[in-house]
Formats: sequence, C-alpha cells, structure tokens
Amino acid sequence: MTDVTAPAEKDEQRPESFFGLFLRNMWSANTVTVTTLSIILALVIGAILIVVSDADVLAKFAYFTARPGDALGASGDLIGRAYADLFKGAIFDPASFRAWFDGTGTWQAAFNPVSETLTYAAPLVFTGLSVAIAFRGGLFNIGGQGQAVIGCVMAGVAGFAVGLPIGIHLVVALLAGALGGALWGFVPGLLKARTGAHEVITTIMLNYTATLFLGWLILQSGVRDPERSDAISKTIAHSAELPAMPAPLRVHLGIVLAVLATAGVAWLLDRSAFGFELRAVGVNPPAAKTAGMSVARTYTLLMVVAGALAGLGGATQVLGTADKLTAQVAGNIGFDGLLVALLGRNKPWGTLFAAILYGALRAGGNLMQVDVGISLELVTVLQALIVIFIAAPALVKAIFQLRAARAARLGASMAKGW
Amino acid sequence: MTHVSTAAVEEEPTTVGVPDPFWTRERRLGAGVTIIGLLAAAVFGALAESKEARFTLSTDATGAALTINGQFGTILFGVVAVVLGGVMLAGVAKSWQTALLSLGIAAFVLSFLCWQVAGKFLPLVDTASGSLEYALPLILGALAGVLGERSGVVNVAIEGQFLMGAFGAALVGTLATSVWAGLVSAMIGGVIIAAMLAVLAIRFLVDQVVVGIVLNLFALGITGFLYERLMQPNALEYNQPPQLPRWEVPGLADIPVLGPVLFHTNVLVWIALILVVVIHFALKWTRWGLRTRAVGEHPTAADTVGVRVRGLRYANVLLGGLIAGAGGAYFTLVSTGAFNKNMTAGAGFIALAALIFGRWTPFGALGAALFFGFAQKLAFYLSVAGSPVPNQFLNMLPYLATIVAVAGLVGRVRAPAADGMPYVKS
Amino acid sequence: MRGITKRFGDLVANDHIDITVEPGEVHALLGENGAGKSTLMNQLYGLLQPDEGEIVVNGEAKVFRSPRDAIAAGIGMVHQHFMLVPVFTVAENLALGAEEVRGGPLGILDRRRNRRDVLETSRKYGLPVDPDALVENLPVGAQQRVEIVKALIRDVDLLILDEPTAVLTPQETDELLRVMRSLAETGKSIVFITHKLREVKAIADRITVIRRGQTVAAVGPETSEDELAALMVGRDVSLEVTKTPADPGADILKITGLVVDDDRGIRAVDGVDLSVRAGEVLGVAGVQGNGQTELVEAIMGLRPVRTGRVELDGQDLAGRSTKQVLRAGVGYVPEDRSLDGVVKDFTVAENLVLDLYDRPPFGNGFQLNPKAIADSAAERVSQFDIRTASAGAAVGTLSGGNQQKVVVAREMSRPLRLLIASQPTRGVDVGSIEFIHRRIIHERDNGTAVLVVSSELDEVVGLADRIAVMYRGRILAIVSPDLPREEIGLLMAGITDAGEASK
Repeated sequence: MTDVTAPAEKDEQRPESFFGLFLRNMWSANTVTVTTLSIILALVIGAILIVVSDADVLAKFAYFTARPGDALGASGDLIGRAYADLFKGAIFDPASFRAWFDGTGTWQAAFNPVSETLTYAAPLVFTGLSVAIAFRGGLFNIGGQGQAVIGCVMAGVAGFAVGLPIGIHLVVALLAGALGGALWGFVPGLLKARTGAHEVITTIMLNYTATLFLGWLILQSGVRDPERSDAISKTIAHSAELPAMPAPLRVHLGIVLAVLATAGVAWLLDRSAFGFELRAVGVNPPAAKTAGMSVARTYTLLMVVAGALAGLGGATQVLGTADKLTAQVAGNIGFDGLLVALLGRNKPWGTLFAAILYGALRAGGNLMQVDVGISLELVTVLQALIVIFIAAPALVKAIFQLRAARAARLGASMAKGW
Repeated sequence: MTHVSTAAVEEEPTTVGVPDPFWTRERRLGAGVTIIGLLAAAVFGALAESKEARFTLSTDATGAALTINGQFGTILFGVVAVVLGGVMLAGVAKSWQTALLSLGIAAFVLSFLCWQVAGKFLPLVDTASGSLEYALPLILGALAGVLGERSGVVNVAIEGQFLMGAFGAALVGTLATSVWAGLVSAMIGGVIIAAMLAVLAIRFLVDQVVVGIVLNLFALGITGFLYERLMQPNALEYNQPPQLPRWEVPGLADIPVLGPVLFHTNVLVWIALILVVVIHFALKWTRWGLRTRAVGEHPTAADTVGVRVRGLRYANVLLGGLIAGAGGAYFTLVSTGAFNKNMTAGAGFIALAALIFGRWTPFGALGAALFFGFAQKLAFYLSVAGSPVPNQFLNMLPYLATIVAVAGLVGRVRAPAADGMPYVKS
Repeated sequence: MRGITKRFGDLVANDHIDITVEPGEVHALLGENGAGKSTLMNQLYGLLQPDEGEIVVNGEAKVFRSPRDAIAAGIGMVHQHFMLVPVFTVAENLALGAEEVRGGPLGILDRRRNRRDVLETSRKYGLPVDPDALVENLPVGAQQRVEIVKALIRDVDLLILDEPTAVLTPQETDELLRVMRSLAETGKSIVFITHKLREVKAIADRITVIRRGQTVAAVGPETSEDELAALMVGRDVSLEVTKTPADPGADILKITGLVVDDDRGIRAVDGVDLSVRAGEVLGVAGVQGNGQTELVEAIMGLRPVRTGRVELDGQDLAGRSTKQVLRAGVGYVPEDRSLDGVVKDFTVAENLVLDLYDRPPFGNGFQLNPKAIADSAAERVSQFDIRTASAGAAVGTLSGGNQQKVVVAREMSRPLRLLIASQPTRGVDVGSIEFIHRRIIHERDNGTAVLVVSSELDEVVGLADRIAVMYRGRILAIVSPDLPREEIGLLMAGITDAGEASK
C-alpha cells in the first residue's frame, strides 16, 4: 500500500542478453540492492562531511576556480586515506599481512582488525536481537539501552562481589546480566499487558532511569574502587571474564555466544510454540486473542526475553572488554542495537550480519581517528544514515531511479502511534 | 473499528442491577495519597531534625523568610496529605479529584522539603528561577512536541533538535559574535532535523518513532563530529558564543519572589511562556487549531472536507523544529556558554516526558516542565547541601512520573488518535 | 462520468464505467460487495484519481485532485464509515474545512456564526442535530444526519450516500429514504450506493448495476427484484438454504441473566436468557450494534461478564479464558474476519492451526511440528475448496471468501459441541456463501449446537431453526423463521405487540 508504484514498464521487444537481464535485476529495488546502495550513499555523504570539516582542504577550495586540481586532489586524498583506514581497521591491512609473511610482524597483528570488528560486534548482536525479537512480537523495544545498562550492573557486581570457581563464575555473571535485563524488560512488558501503557514511552523513560541508577551505584562504597578517585567500580575477577584470544587480540567468547544466541532466536521464532504466539500477536493481536492466545502473557514474556538478550549484551561488554563499571560502560550499545535490528530487518541472521557490519565500522573508525584524525563520531553519522536510507527505500529508489520491484520495506507495519 | 452502539447512548433504566466494584480508581488514588502521607509523617518526621527550616524570599540566606520547625513541618504536611487522601477515599468530592490529588502531592513535597531544609535554608527566589531555567528547554521542546503530535506526527527527535540548536547557536553565535544570529541559527538547526523527520515520516511513511530515534543518533553524531573537527581544536574561533542578556522589566521586577523570577530574566523565558499561551489559544480558537486537531484525530475525515493533511503536518512539524531549536539555544546561549558533545544529556526525552505527562496540551506541558525543572533544581540543591538523598534518584523523577502517568495510575493520558499514523490515501 | 477506469495493481476495480446523474433524481448504484461502487464514487469525490476517463459536471470536464475540488464543484459524500472527528462537537465537525473566521490572517473561529449556520441548515432540511453535542456520544442514526447536514451546509448539488442503511433499523431506513426523496424534490441529485434490492426499489428513479468493475445495466425502477439480483450477481441465485427440519436434542448452551458492558463501560448486553440445543441453528437477528457482538464475545471469554451464567453442557464458562472455551468444544467464526479471524501475514497452513498450534499433532506447547501442520493444511485446503496458490501462501493474498473458508475449515476441523458463527458470510462471494451455509447446516446435522449471528435478515431466516431478535441488549422475542419478515423487522426496531420496547 505504501510503495510508490512506478508506471508500468513497456515490454521490451528485442531479446535481452543474459548480462542485460542480470543488470536489470540488479537495478530492481530488492533488499540487497537497497542495502548496498544505502551504504554507498551514507559513505558519499560521509565523504562530503570529511571534506567540508577540514580547514586545509577548504582553504584549497577558496581558489578552486584558479587551480581546481589542488582542491579536488586534496579532497580525494583525504577521503581515500580515511576510507582506506576504515577498511584496514575493520577487515585487514595488507601491510601487516606482508610483515607477518616476512617474519617482521606477528599473526596477531594481521588478524587484529577482524578481532576488533568481532569484539565490537558481539554486544551489538545481543542488543540487536533484543530489538528484533520484540519487533516481531509487535513491540518496539527502545529500552535496549536501559536493559543493557542493568545487565552491565548485574554482571559487573556478580563479577567482583562474589567469589566462585572458574567457569561457574562466568556462567553466574552472565546469568545475572540476563536477569537484570529481563527485569528491566519485564516492567514495560507488564505495564503494556496490564494497563496498555505504550512500551515506547515506558522503555525510553527506563533508559535514563537505568543510567542514573548506574551513576549512583558506582559511587557507593563496596562498589567503587577504593584506589581510584574517579567514579569507577572495582575490577571483575578473572574467573568471571569471558575467555579471549591471546593479547593483543581482544576478541573473546562473546561473539561465539552471540552466534549461538542468534541460532536460538531463529529457532524460537520459527519453530517454537512461543514464537508462533509472538508472531501472531505481533501482526494481529485481536486474531491472536480470538484464537485463544493470551496477548498480555505474550507481551510480558516477550519483553522479558528481549530484556534478557539486551542484558546479555551488557554482560558481554563488561565481562568481555570493559572489566569494570563506569558511567559510560554500556556506551551506546542499546541504541546501536536498534539500528542493527533495523538494518537486519528484524531477522535473526540479518541482525547478526548487521551487527558485524556496525562492529567493522566502529573498529575501522578507531583507526581512522588515530591515523587521519577524523573523529569517531563520523561512524555514528554513517550508521544513522544507513538506517535512514534503509528505512525509506522509496528515497533510495528515487535517488538511483530504481525500478520498483518487491521492495524491502520496514517500519510501515510498526507504525501504530503511541 | 469503533463500534458505536446505538443502544448505549440514550440512558435508560437497565433491568439488571450490577454493583460497582468498591476499589474505583478514585479510591485507589486516595489510598495512595494516604499512604504517602503516612510515610511522610512517620519516616520524614522521624528523620528530620527539630530545627528551624528557613525558606528565604531571596537568592541567598538573607532577607525575609518563612520559617517552620522542620520536624513539626514534616509531620504537619504528612498529616495534611493523609487527610486529603482520606477525603478521596470517602469519595465525596468526585469533581475535585485532580485538585485533591495535586494538593496531596504538594503536601508530600512540602513535608519532604521540611525534612531536608531543617536546620538550613532554602532560597525561594533562587529555587524558583532555577526551576524555571531548567524548565525552559523542556517547555520549548514539549511545545514542539505538542505541535507535531496534535497533528499526528510523533516527535521523539526533540533531543536531536536540541543538539542541533545548541550547536548552531554556538557556531554561528561565535562566528557572527551576535547572540541573535546564534538564536536564529539554533532555530534553523532545529528545523533541519524537523525537516528530515517530516519528509521521512510524512512523505516516505517511515515509522515515526524509528525516524525520531535514528535522527537523535544522527544529530549526536554530526554535532559530535563537527565539534571534534572544528570546535575542539579551535574553541576561541568557533565555540565562544555571546550569552543572552538578562532583561529587567522596570517596576514588575520589584514584586517579591515572582518579580525577579519572571521579570528579570532572559528573553527566551518570555518567548516560551508567550508561546504556551498563544499555542493554547490557537489550538482551541483558530481555523489552524481546529484543522490541526482534526488532522491528528481523524485525518481521513479532514481530508474529505478538503483539509490538506500532509501540508498541515509539514507546517506543524517545521514550526515545532523552530521552537525546539530555540530550546536548544538555551544550552549554549544561557546555560553553559559553549557547546560540548552530547551536552543535552537526555533533556529532549524529559521534554517528551513533559509532553506526555502534560497530556499533549500546552499548559499541561508547561506544568509538567515546571515540575520536572523543580525536581532538577532540588536535586542540585540537595547535592550541594550534602543531603543523604542521592540526587540521581530525584533526577529519575520525571521519567518515573511519566511511566506512572502512561500506566493510567493517575488519570488517563490519551494521545491524539492518529498520532504516529502516516496518512495514506486509501 | 465517462469511461472511468481505475486499477489497483493487477486488479481492475472500475473498467470503463459510464454513469450520468440528472438533477433532482435519486440514482441507485447497485452491486455486490467489492463490485467497485465505492471506488467509483471515491473518484467522483476526488479521493482517488481515475487512470482513464473523465468526469463532466454541468457539461464541463473536470479533474478532481482532492475532495476540495469536488466540493467546489458542488459534490458531497456521506461515507460508509463516517468521516466525523469523534472528540469534536457537531458544530466543529460541520465547520471543519469551511470555517467561518474573523481576524483576517489570524483565522479566529467565529463559533457563533458556525453554530447559526448549522441550525439554519438543519431546520431548512428538517434534519435535527444538536450543534453542541460531542459526536462520539451520538447514536449512529444521529451521526448520519450530521454527515448529511455536513454535505448540505456546503451547498452541494449532488450528494453521494455510500451504503447509508447498513447500520440503520428498518424504520430508520424508511426515515432516511424519506429525507432522500425530499432532498431530490428540492432539486438535489442523489447517488445511493447499496446492495439491498428492496431499498432500491423503494426510492430509485434510475438504477445502474455494477458487477466486477463493469456497468452491466442501467434500468428503471420498474425492474423486478429477481431481475436486479440476477444482474447484480451475474446468474440466477437462490439465497434459499436447502435443509431438512432440525432434530433438536438437549440444551448445549444455556445463558441466563447475562449482563455485559461494551468497551466504554456502557451496558451492551442487558440480561439475556438464551439456550441453543444440539442439532439446531439458533439465529440472532438484529441491527448491528444492539449487543450481538458483546454477547458473542462474552461467551467466548473475550469480554468480561458482569453477571449471569453461560453454561456449556452444564459447566459454567463465565470467567474462563478464551483458550479454555475453545478447548471445551466451541468453534468460533468471528464477525470481523480480517481483524479477528485470520492473521493476514501468516500462511494458510499457519492460519489453519491458529488455535491448535500447541496441541498434538501440531505441537506440544513448546515446539511446533511443521510436517503435521503442512500435511493437515494440504488436506483442509482440498476438503474446504480453499482457492490458494499453495498452503504456504500468505492468507492476505486470498479473496475474502477463501479467507473465510480458512476460518471455517479451522473451526470445523475438530470435534465441536457448539459452533458460533458471527456474520459468517460478510464480504464473501456468492459461491463461498453457499459453501459456508452448507457446511454450517452439515455441522448442525452432526448434532452440534449452532449459534448464527447476522445483521442480514435473509441469512438468519435462511439458516435458523429458531430466531432470537435482539434489540438494545435484550432478546425481545424468539420466533420461527416462517414469521413474515415485516414482523421480524418491527421487532428489530424494538416494536413488540405490547408496544415499543424502549418505552
């Protein structure tokens, strides 16, 4: 109902070559094409931002009419270096591979970019799945951030406050994180089920409540690191850390757990009775109710599951990389999870790949910041732009003059107001 | 979907009598007020020192003051709350429900204040003007929300509009060394986000909450990026905007307490208060208002009588962008004097909370914003005064209050019927 | 309107339709649900734009880009779903879009003048409305009057009424027809969209019959009802349901003193006593909105029961969950198929197990058994003649009739004690209607108690062995289907032998 229908194409008379057919299919607006073009568009806008915010290059544009080569060359050079860093930092750097083969470098250095990408991706997979599964059940979980924060808190406290044998301690800490997130999801779920309070409003409000709670907690004695003057908690015990690859690689067990969680969510959605219920409730609550399902129970349980996933994301962050609680420990993983789920079109495996893409952008962005001095915030802009374009395929189609094919839409079915 | 039952409307005696349940919403609320009153009297009363609590009518400890014994005050106001709750429980004054509830909560707050201020002082003028100052961006942000949401466009991008406004004000204000240029740029900054919201939500029918959240991240990213590229390396050149001057209305400013708060302040405060009144009346009494409300409640009906649904929504969202952008100017031109990364720190969401808590009305939003501003000011006061009550918990108040409100525990909050629904012609 | 063509994707909703309306005539546009009547009129009113063809008003070709243009050309429309803002007053609704304002660019509403205009128009045409009442508090009939006044206040020459009688009692319908006639006498033209033959016969000066998007005939009012029906559905139809006399057994469903409130907390079912016996069809007749919906929802556990008992085989169902009611052997065909009956994004197979997914053989409450679901779906699809590309296709891609067959197939594929069918054939093609009616009778003959609720009196009369007439939340009488339909109609309007029920 929402697609902009292009005028019906006249059937072409001459037979088409295979290549032509291939091109035509490529150019029709399917999911893959829209996604790819969205990424390209975002990178183009990013490139413009890089140029206009660089004083040196801008200075060359001042005499553009006289010597256009200077300005264009400098812009091209800057953009090229920035995006090359983005790639090198995220996937692989030929130089370090060469060094490894020469014997002058280590294999760790060669695989470090991938390790960084997966490290950043791991928590995003969890928060992304949290948003995605809630979406499928008709709930918009904006509360991934708050749930992840509480997950961080619970996992962190379990990590430094209790002493348990290796292995068990990790499991307990992860479960504590999941439990914390589940609790933070349970509240909006229950309110939605019992009073109809809109989950978007309640989860937004709970995000900041969680952040304020974390800010208070890390100042309390017993939590705060007595050796430090700033607001930072004690360090978690080694027995609670997620096992990682040998240093300097940071990638840890979290990404494996993330893949397992993805498989679990996929099973839950497609093959379980609860998944059947939540999908039915998600697209047509009255019909689900008429068929004897309890919409209230489904909403509550769904938010508990979604919260637990986001909580695990927070736990992965603390137990995998952060080691201690700070006010910013959860970073932006909850909101990034939202973008990841949208990019992955609320499908479990799509979410996994989207999280890896965002992890790669983040890892590459780090190198870009160090090397060319382009702020990491550019990555946030890119991430947001990609999702804006994905969410409005008609916009992408209009820009690239795509033919309307079975266009990938999202969001429209969610549009139901407060 | 709306089955209007013919049988229902004309009141007629029913054959079967069914007793109403005892625990009506009024009674439950009354019980709640009674309980918090008891709590205040008992807990605060026990904790409070039996010393003078001074509420001075100035910005410091000097001058005339209202004084009360702290312990006596906590118990007195606690008992007042209990009595009010009791009246609600008895269920006699049904039309006075809201008033009684507000009074009950006010009594609870006063009891709390007596506990905290016992042995110390609370400067009322400073508290009032501080509350108003904290409330200022919330009022403007919530008004932006009112404009958008009453015409059916959900705006969760207030935070992003604030950030862009704050950034624009700092950047252009510094470059032009003019605070007014800064203010105008702030409004332009807000409109940029509003325009993206409008186009994506109205033209491309993207889910409005999704757009809003993504736009917040976009604004966070782009202001942060430009801040690090431009402002951080060269703050003098790009990030030292002039401040909005404080103007004084001669005569009126001499009124005790209210005078200095309302009439010796910056122009943004007046703009905000005037806008509240103007939007309130315009919504109710003008053609624009009638059409805005119609478009937010039943866009198809409006369309069938020739109202341009999308056009009106565009106009309102963009207008909201102007206002929210001005609200963003508060952060750089009034509050801190320079832009910083993510400096709004969730204020946009408190504005959203004020909008919802204020039931999508201008005066409701004003009241909620003032209440939330007061909570923030109080949190600041308590942390300075070394109170045992952690200020983080007071800062949670706006969020928790909104959750309570939308859960329908205190009255019913109802969004415009078509809020968030993109309008598509059949 | 000349050669009007409108396509939605592959579907041709209007295929070169010509229609001419003269001043002062009542022109009936007759056709089945989905024939394209409303689509045609929405183009005349500027809500949709035709792909081909032109609209000529008073000899001048016009292009209506929006209702604004249509109103300017003197065309008004009363929609099937009222276009009124519920939280506005009558006066505000009538002013919207044509506000009287003062203060120039400020556009301050002149509420007094608006109000006066409303009263004037209302008096002029004899259509009483209260300008200060909130629309959401008005009964349907009054809302319809507001809609008509809304068009008249804009000084229209042509008034389109889209299915105006669907929500009215026979007596309110007569009143409306009278209003239409008097409007026509003042020189206004009226286009009256309907699928009810009797009303067409009663009022129309000319009749255009539309079938599957095409004009099939333009005839005068002298055409017989049988002929009109044949034109409308394309073949001779007998809406008679063939069935043997019932052989009722013991009471299966027994309702005593049932009281139920609607969503707004207003009494909707007001002390109903009713029983349905094994092997009989009890039909509930009544104008929509007299508590039938709430009655059925209360039985199904979808709506809380204030007081009273609902017994199935002597066991009280009140307070049980919907799942428990279904498990107790109740089959339920809900009245709003697309809202309550099917999940359109789900496949046919998934919809066929929508209330059985957690029971063997389809699942165990934890895990689904996709093979059992697929096998059973294939069987049902052929057994119930569901026309679909495959059992894996989304139900939303099926026609209304086939969607309804999915619901019926699901509910009848387990052993039942009681079958509740609400509006079982609403928006369903004729072929599917016959099929569904046959299955309902078949279920009855197997000894199931059947409760049919329908606002189509013909359907109730055809299916039922006994008819309960519902009015304002009460059962006014239980009558035989052989009673003349005029008498049933009077009952539906609340008029009993003892006088008007509502006093």
